[in-house]
Amino acid sequence: MSVDTKTVARIAHLARLKVPEDRLDPLAGELNQLLAWVEQLGEVNTDNVPPLTSVVHARLPRRDDVVTDGDRQADVLANAPDAQNGFFAVPKVIE
Amino acid sequence: MSKLISGATGEWEVVIGLEVHAQVTSNSKLFSGAATEFGAEPNTQVSLVDAAMPGMLPVINAYCVEQAVRTGLALDAQINLYSIFDRKNYFYADLPQGYQISQYKQPVVGEGIITLDLKDGETKEVGIERLHLEQDAGKSMHDQHPTMTYVDLNRSGVALMEIVSKPDMRSSEEAGAYLKKLRTILRYIGTCDGNMEQGSMRADVNVSVRKPGGPLGTRCEIKNVNSVRFVQQAIEYEARRQIDVIEDGGKIVQETRLYDVAQGVTRSMRSKEEAHDYRYFPDPDLLPLELDPAWVDEIKAGLPELPDEKKNRLMRDFGLSVYDAGVMVSEPEIGVYFEEVAKGRDPKQASNWVTGSLFAALNAKGVSITESPVTAANLGKLIDLIADNTISGRIAKDVFEIMVETGGDPAAIVEEKGLKQITDTGFIEGIVDRIIAENPGQVAQYDGGANPKVIGWFVGQVMKQSQGKANPAQVNELLKKKLG
Repeated sequence: MSVDTKTVARIAHLARLKVPEDRLDPLAGELNQLLAWVEQLGEVNTDNVPPLTSVVHARLPRRDDVVTDGDRQADVLANAPDAQNGFFAVPKVIE
Repeated sequence: MSKLISGATGEWEVVIGLEVHAQVTSNSKLFSGAATEFGAEPNTQVSLVDAAMPGMLPVINAYCVEQAVRTGLALDAQINLYSIFDRKNYFYADLPQGYQISQYKQPVVGEGIITLDLKDGETKEVGIERLHLEQDAGKSMHDQHPTMTYVDLNRSGVALMEIVSKPDMRSSEEAGAYLKKLRTILRYIGTCDGNMEQGSMRADVNVSVRKPGGPLGTRCEIKNVNSVRFVQQAIEYEARRQIDVIEDGGKIVQETRLYDVAQGVTRSMRSKEEAHDYRYFPDPDLLPLELDPAWVDEIKAGLPELPDEKKNRLMRDFGLSVYDAGVMVSEPEIGVYFEEVAKGRDPKQASNWVTGSLFAALNAKGVSITESPVTAANLGKLIDLIADNTISGRIAKDVFEIMVETGGDPAAIVEEKGLKQITDTGFIEGIVDRIIAENPGQVAQYDGGANPKVIGWFVGQVMKQSQGKANPAQVNELLKKKLG
């Protein structure tokens, strides 16, 4: 598996990362090295091995259905660049 | 009954699949302890998890999982004892995490079945593809400020069930029946209030067209339609649009569209296209969700009677028609009301009162059956008063009107207004004799029964004289005897 500069530009855009044009080629090279390294795993036969989503052998912790949090509007909005009337205020986004 | 749509090149078949987002009824959110209640002050029901502050970890609400499993069981679906939460990545102002926690390849519920109730008692089975749990996003308001969008995160993190059907529907009526049936089931089991107006149930509609029996066409997805009526209108418009495009030599492009309620048209949402690359991957903050089969069995054992079971029982035990039984189970509250009225009484009469006078009165007042001024117990008593000849059916209608206004007890109203039916033969006979004596013209017209219709006029006169209180059967009998 490998990526070309077009794919790198697309991934950067999806992740909202600004990558200058002249960095795309070197970045693709670095990513391809990483991919090639990970690809070594392909040498292992995993035919009957289910995908591993966690290495922790524990049961997913559960919570009871009770309200234990909230009523902290000031905390929630504290880091917002702009807040008005209790709302986050962001530059207009509309379809 | 043809469901095909005719175009210039012949008949077309529309193929429909629905993705319904149903808000899970729970006190707190899917992964945090903030409240879910509708209509609170902005950003007051937000935990630091919902606001995606760094270092916050999601902890799953066991009850939301139970609700999803309960829904799966009610849809006769496979419950997956092992499922995975994934991150669905996209950027939007009301999604502070930059991803939605959802389930992708391994959802908690697999394939199931839903039976639609169509016209004339016809039914149709539609397959359920899957049901998964996911987080809702916050709410953006674009009309509060000229240049800013306001964001409220109260809804952020509330649990949703995404219920995906198979592309088994073939008309807008079937899609409407699907939504109604799904909503009824969710309400019966209490896993979602099904309130489309408040947004607790929303539908994405997949529509494609094909020549009957041909391969599937390219589909378009109409996003976020929020009423049964709009879903049906959107499908009809979209099917016609696709047929026109193809018949004019064009090709359907797979895309996301929006239904414009004011114009009654669907429109392309081009901006959403690239967002389709969601780069799902398992959420490293959450272990796989493993369910204990005994726990699933326990939920199954606790399921209430489902609408289809109840419908069959009402038909079997009360002799209701398919149609009447369908009406009685359409909302859990209607079924409860009807059963209380029908218990120990003539079920056909109970059903007529509920679907006739009661529904008309509720409609006129604009209230639901739970707010009915006439309680089930009182409607039952009214039917008893007819059955034991205390009042006639006609007087009962008047008593009912008073009950609608005052919420009063029918026996007390009958007593107070002096509406008791008169069964005293002597008294009725007196009126009958007087009317016969005063109207020789009509007696001649009746001509000893040669012109039987005229007896109706006499009955009317007697009822009028008795202020509607004479027993109509007795009046008829006496008149026939005396007019001989």
